[in-house]
Amino acid sequence: MRCESCGKNEAKFHYTKIFNGNIEEKHLCESCAVNDYDFDFDFENHFSMNKLFTGLIDSSVENNKEEINLKCEKCGQTYSEFKSKGKFGCDECYITFKDKLDPLIKGLHGHNHHKGKIPKHSSNHIFLKREKDILKKDLEDAIKEERFEKAAILRDKLKGISSKLEEIKE
Amino acid sequence: MTQWLDEIGEEEDIVISTRVRVARNLSKYKFPEYMSISESDNLTDDVLNRVKKEESDEYKFKRLRDLNKLEQRVYVEDHLISPSILKNENIGSFLLRKDEKATIMINEEDHLRIQTLFPGLNLEKAWELCSSIDDFLEEELKYAYDSDLGYLTACPTNVGTGLRASVMLHLPCVSMTGSISVIIEGLRKIGLTARGLYGEGSEALGFLYQISNQITLGDTEEEIINKLDKVVHQILTRERNTRKYLTSNRLVEMENKVYRSLGILKYSRILSSTEAMEHLSNIRMGETMNILKNKELSSAIKLMIDIQPANIQKKLNKEMNSKERDIERARMMREFTLGVEV
Repeated sequence: MRCESCGKNEAKFHYTKIFNGNIEEKHLCESCAVNDYDFDFDFENHFSMNKLFTGLIDSSVENNKEEINLKCEKCGQTYSEFKSKGKFGCDECYITFKDKLDPLIKGLHGHNHHKGKIPKHSSNHIFLKREKDILKKDLEDAIKEERFEKAAILRDKLKGISSKLEEIKE
Repeated sequence: MTQWLDEIGEEEDIVISTRVRVARNLSKYKFPEYMSISESDNLTDDVLNRVKKEESDEYKFKRLRDLNKLEQRVYVEDHLISPSILKNENIGSFLLRKDEKATIMINEEDHLRIQTLFPGLNLEKAWELCSSIDDFLEEELKYAYDSDLGYLTACPTNVGTGLRASVMLHLPCVSMTGSISVIIEGLRKIGLTARGLYGEGSEALGFLYQISNQITLGDTEEEIINKLDKVVHQILTRERNTRKYLTSNRLVEMENKVYRSLGILKYSRILSSTEAMEHLSNIRMGETMNILKNKELSSAIKLMIDIQPANIQKKLNKEMNSKERDIERARMMREFTLGVEV
């Protein structure tokens, strides 16, 4: 049997995945199997902790095409790259992949809310105001460009900052 | 070298050292793995400019690409930089405080890794120093921070406080009696972890274990530090009780173990670092159990660092193959045993 990916070499790796009653089969040669996510069986002892825990992401969230195409604008990392590496490319990845992160963060830490130190600057009133202005502008841009998912995230952030500013005033 | 080990630390019969580090990133740049060399140089300049303003005399600055492999390894063996920063040879650099108690690593897995290192058990002081360096840098560098998730890091295992506090313990007796596996299992259940001497993936050479927090999000820094401190004290009691038990019930066996190691160190002509570590560990155990006497308790520990491959080569200032190193190591051991009284 030929490898169904490259069509050149003989398929040496055969894999059947049964998930929610759907049966999926794969037949690949060695070099194609190394690059295939489903065949991640630790070929060269490259077992990575990060891959182990990115498994947490998919366990409760269903994937669709749109999610797979998700890409961070700042560093260019895609969602599938993040899933295979388990590492963020920049701070914006946390916003881009926000909806997917909760099970991962909770699974790793048992919590999803930071209680510790706050950079002195961000508790500073002027700093917050500046952040608010930047966010406002980003929100306007996002709406103009019809990027509503991002706009919703920005709106929530803006709300958070406004309430913090209120707290400081009080 | 290993100036940081010069002072006498708390609980030094068991605790070798305390290390605290925080991971920080600047919101202006992509994380190190995604950075170009020129971006990383800009970031390095930002950090240097901040440090130069007030504390330039306190720190010496080194770029990894300006150091040769041997010099790099020496810093790792001395625990002053992490092994993983060497993967970023082109972009990585570090600022080392003159007393060696603090290192600011630039472009490791995260933009900044601020590390403090104290001999003995000293979690509170180590955290205080680390936090103050963090505050100092943050005055002018804008960190990547989220009000929900805290400090944002390249790896989700560090997000939140970005804090890893670890204590290095010498646990020969609980290891010999087998209760170490129960301890390690117990640590796991409460969000702590045990690793070998040189961090992730390294084995517990010479019965040295690093106990550290695994979870970085959800607890405050003080809570993390306090929990670790409490657990370490429990382990100390366990090790001390086991030492007492073995001294009163198995004295001959313990003496046999210690004296055999002394004999090997005294008369060997070739010693690998693994073998030397094993026997040095027994010598130190013998000292704390009053089987042997040594003027300076920490000398066996210092030697555990001095006999590592890069340190030996640095001391003799030449490249050596493993056989040459093993011969020199055996010579150092013979010298050391002259100071040990039976």
